[in-house]
Amino acid sequence: MVAISAADRAAEEIPRSREAATGRDSTYPLRRALEALLVPLMALALAAGAFSLFLVFLGKSPAEFFVLVWRGAFGSAFSFQNTLQRAAPLLLTALCMAVPAHLGLVVIGGEGAVVLGGLAGAAVALPLLGAPTFVIWIAMALAGFVVGGAWIGLAGWLRAKRGINETISSLLLAYVAIALFNHIVEGPLRDPLSLNKPSTAPIGDVNMLTSLPGTDLHPGLPVGILACIAFWVLIYRTSFGFGARVTGGNIRAAQLQGLPVARLILIACALGGGCAGLAGAIDVVAVHGNANASLAAGYGYAGILIAFLARFNPLAIAPMTLLVGGITASGGLVQRRMNMPDATVLVLQGMIFLSILTSETFYGRMKWFQPRGAVQ
Amino acid sequence: MNGLSTVAVALLAGALRVSTPFLFVSIGECLTEKAGRINLGNEGALVLGAMLAYATSYETGSPWLGVLAAMGGGMVLGGIHGAVCGLAKVNDIAMGIAIMLGGTGVAFFFGKPYVQPSAPLLPTIPLGFWSDAQQIRSALDVSPLFFVGIALAVALAWIFRNTRAGLTVRIVGDSADAAKAMGLRIERIRFLTTVIGSGLAGIGGAFLSLCYPASWNEGLSSGQGLVAVALVVFARWNPLNCIYAALLFGAAGALGPSLQTVGISKGYYLFYAAPYVLTLVMMILTVTPGRSLRGMPGELSLMRS
Repeated sequence: MVAISAADRAAEEIPRSREAATGRDSTYPLRRALEALLVPLMALALAAGAFSLFLVFLGKSPAEFFVLVWRGAFGSAFSFQNTLQRAAPLLLTALCMAVPAHLGLVVIGGEGAVVLGGLAGAAVALPLLGAPTFVIWIAMALAGFVVGGAWIGLAGWLRAKRGINETISSLLLAYVAIALFNHIVEGPLRDPLSLNKPSTAPIGDVNMLTSLPGTDLHPGLPVGILACIAFWVLIYRTSFGFGARVTGGNIRAAQLQGLPVARLILIACALGGGCAGLAGAIDVVAVHGNANASLAAGYGYAGILIAFLARFNPLAIAPMTLLVGGITASGGLVQRRMNMPDATVLVLQGMIFLSILTSETFYGRMKWFQPRGAVQ
Repeated sequence: MNGLSTVAVALLAGALRVSTPFLFVSIGECLTEKAGRINLGNEGALVLGAMLAYATSYETGSPWLGVLAAMGGGMVLGGIHGAVCGLAKVNDIAMGIAIMLGGTGVAFFFGKPYVQPSAPLLPTIPLGFWSDAQQIRSALDVSPLFFVGIALAVALAWIFRNTRAGLTVRIVGDSADAAKAMGLRIERIRFLTTVIGSGLAGIGGAFLSLCYPASWNEGLSSGQGLVAVALVVFARWNPLNCIYAALLFGAAGALGPSLQTVGISKGYYLFYAAPYVLTLVMMILTVTPGRSLRGMPGELSLMRS
């Protein structure tokens, strides 16, 4: 079983918090929260520093870069709007990585669930055209969730029943999903009117949900935030979540306790994949109006980064999504003003990812954050 | 020629060409995994290698310098992976994904100006000189890198079996406790195998941009680096099996284009999925749940459950 330190920590938490409850070390929960906040912040600062060096090496000004990122991401109402727009699908794709991660699984094939979820959403809407829009939206969301869930659930099933590494299988399945998507969009479901950019028939402007009624907000935003809250409750406040975290901490112990490990793996993967599929369906209803190649925009891969940044805590996903969405949103401005390629954002994201993963090694190393007074 | 033999020749050509990057990445990954570590970052090394090879070949006019640069780029990525994974609590699978995304990002960043120009390519060995048929001639234009890859696989198998260095790597991969008891420096050995393995993946990338498909663009690699990781499982961590596995996957990857040569283009996009489906099926067939695989390094976190 792949050891993920967040899951390890979850298993360790139990005796420690009991210690804290007896009053021997009352500030320990606070210090632990501080550690969980400071270490990623340090890692982010380190990544920013490394990226600054990279820019200086290229003869560009780091100060100008970070000012532009700030302006392009959060500087004005318009740019913040843009950031939120980019962030909406990422909330859900991050959950696709984060939920199975509590069981110690590394599922990185969310991209496949996104495209197939979007395709299922677009496909199910077509025969329903003419029905009340509300019915169409529900059908699309369900179709996206079910197809995405089945796709990642397949990776979970292979892991639970056949012992096949979920990281590799989910990624292979993502490539299969994209091939399948292209086959269907270029073939059976292709709208003959879409000449240059093959796509399915449009669901129609009346059926689109470009923004929440009365606001300019992307409809994926409230769905994503509600999903994050729901998964936080599921993971930290239910017996399912407890079983999942025990499994992630020590799978042998979980099996000996009689926990249904295979079922937990299957459900967690299916729920995560369902979120990614839902993100695809929402992208169709809110942005594209049909299923086309723009669905494979890398939401699944950005979600992996966000899940690691949030250390798989669903509530931490929202702020981290703002950060990553903001960096992506400011990409265009940076490109134009500093004359840098669009891959600049990818380099910065890569550095953040590296430094966040490296920072894992500091948890539990700094003595000040550790429990005091207890027998170690 | 009739349709069937046209497809057969195209499949052979495809197997020889498409398999080479698989071969290099899987040998490199095999070495890294034998020492007990997984490097999914080889995908990043492949893409970065492809870009560096193409750019270097264009700037210097020497494709072989490009291959060297690709190897160097791969080794740098492998060095980062090897060094960071040596720290406590760092997950090697997650780190591999980060290296993959970071390496790809750096390659796209610096590769932008090289998408348009055409660089000098690596020469090929015309093994089809005896035939009059144009298809056979072009099918048997084999890159020297293919033979280098096969020689490396044979050499690595020999090293694992017969040398002290090979035994050391195997001990470190099979039991960290035994290695510690013998006074071996585990982290240093894993670091070195990661660096060498990633360098080989970089050469695989050089093949992509300088031999086949012989151009540099952002869609050049479609997960060959990751498929190769699964391929090592299928090859049971034996470098010689990596050759057969790579050829098989090359042929699978060439299936769609080969059928297109005789006019079968129905389901063209589905054939793109062939190597990935084949990988999955192979993994399902070779892995038995609850039992560790023959030849699998004991320290590997890939298949442990």
